[in-house]
Amino acid sequence: MTQPQQDLQDTIAVSDYRQDFPLLQQEVNGHPLVYLDSAASAQQPASVMDAVAQYERTDHANVHRGVHSLSHRATDAYEQARDKLRAFINAESRSEIVLTSGTTESINLVAQSYCRPRIGSGDRILITHLEHHSNIVPWQLVCEQTGAELLVAPMDSRGQLVLEKLYELMTDKVKILAIGHVSNALGTIHPLREIIARAHALGIPVLVDGAQGVPHMAIDVQDLDCDFYAFSGHKMFGPTGTGVLYARECLLETMPPYQGGGDMILEVSFEGTTYNDLPYKFEAGTPNIAGVIGMGAAVDYLQSVGLANIAEHEQQLLDYMTRRLTEIDGIRLIGTAANKASIQSFMLDDIHSHDLGTILDHQGVAIRTGHHCAMPVMDYFGIPGTARASLALYNNADDVDRLVDALEQAKKLFA
Amino acid sequence: MNAQGLNIGNAQELRELYRELILDHARSPRHFGKLPHATHSAEGINPLCGDKLKLYLDVDDASNIRAACFEGSGCAISVASASLLTETIIGLSEKEAIAWFTAVTTRLTHGDPTGEFSAVDLGKLEALEGVREFPARVKCATLAWHALRSALQQRPAPVSTE
Repeated sequence: MTQPQQDLQDTIAVSDYRQDFPLLQQEVNGHPLVYLDSAASAQQPASVMDAVAQYERTDHANVHRGVHSLSHRATDAYEQARDKLRAFINAESRSEIVLTSGTTESINLVAQSYCRPRIGSGDRILITHLEHHSNIVPWQLVCEQTGAELLVAPMDSRGQLVLEKLYELMTDKVKILAIGHVSNALGTIHPLREIIARAHALGIPVLVDGAQGVPHMAIDVQDLDCDFYAFSGHKMFGPTGTGVLYARECLLETMPPYQGGGDMILEVSFEGTTYNDLPYKFEAGTPNIAGVIGMGAAVDYLQSVGLANIAEHEQQLLDYMTRRLTEIDGIRLIGTAANKASIQSFMLDDIHSHDLGTILDHQGVAIRTGHHCAMPVMDYFGIPGTARASLALYNNADDVDRLVDALEQAKKLFA
Repeated sequence: MNAQGLNIGNAQELRELYRELILDHARSPRHFGKLPHATHSAEGINPLCGDKLKLYLDVDDASNIRAACFEGSGCAISVASASLLTETIIGLSEKEAIAWFTAVTTRLTHGDPTGEFSAVDLGKLEALEGVREFPARVKCATLAWHALRSALQQRPAPVSTE
């Protein structure tokens, strides 16, 4: 029995990709950095930094505006990134790729521009107990604005959605289902294809918060059959301040602009304005050009590694981390769903997560602590917060061992 | 102390932060619970880590603090600080308690090496001074103190150190 385990460990002992990430080659508080907070924000490979720097050094100008060469180059690079993102999630058309500042803006865009005009008193918006605040609060705002009611599908003690309850809540009063792909606090991967099929059978459109989905698995929005898919650049090794709203073209066509400004118009007069074509109608103002080009480079990087390879590496490493954590006396794993991405929340004895975070940081181990912008999840477990280790393609078995050693030190300090 | 077996290169700063007195007050907070006849109370919330404390005071007609209690949950630093706060302020006048608030928050935040508070004897509260090396933790140590000021000023909304 030891041989297969040894083989498993060998495959995760090294990460071939670590050298691609300059930031990881440093010491923090006198120890080589172990970065286990990629679910909060992933590090960037050098290729992303280089793409951004090259644009800033040689190609910068405003997009969609100038007749001069630089503006053409900037526009080409920006629009190429859109094409890469379209292919990355297999959207049917580039008109369906709205570039935003991140998942939060993408969800707010749908809440205000799609949902709000269609909903009123007596209608319902359905979310789940596992959502990040960014997939709760935008819907609460719509409910306040319209008198609609927010329904929350429950989860079980492992952090899995209770599907039969979710389906019971799906009625003709529900005007949209907004659901995460992967829980940021617990790592749970929801069975989206089944859920979306059930929703569509009742005519309910579905928005997927994919912020934690895109870094871990290949996304095919046509195969998922979702109506909206929102995600962020910085969770998938790109720059902050970038994101995508994928939306079916037929839905975008019916939606009013989210913001007014330059670039989203064809013609403006004081009598009225003709809006630009899709997706530009939803992209008012000068965008984050450099960031979007960096996000395009992040897509190139992810595809060069291969999302199947990433998923396999992360799953093996997650299994190893789960086993090692379980060996620690006094550990309590929070989030033990059958189908999980490489995220693990936990508590150790009665040590508060913030104290754990400080003690681990002192040993060069960066984890997230607190409520993870998912306070309802913490309330469910009756805890103020957890420590959370999240793994990416650049992590390896040694990182997990360092985490476990650091936790043992925390136990000693608080013994 | 129990931390002697630590195998961390620069464990000294950690030991400075988690002194035995701090760990003792975190494990066994003094005056923990509700105060039945509180005249003043205030909540302190640190949204970053979820610390949530409620401080209760019983202040008599002569503005003296007869009793102080707190409840809630938080990290070792915030709980220990709240516990030490209650030990410190019981028996003080409101004015004296506010003076302690100013001295403690100034010392924990800036150290105040040359200012008027540098020579103040904070007694047991000096055990909290290790937080100065941990900027992310200063607000944990000052949370209960901000709640104290808020309670004495009877501010209605919960205070936040974010």
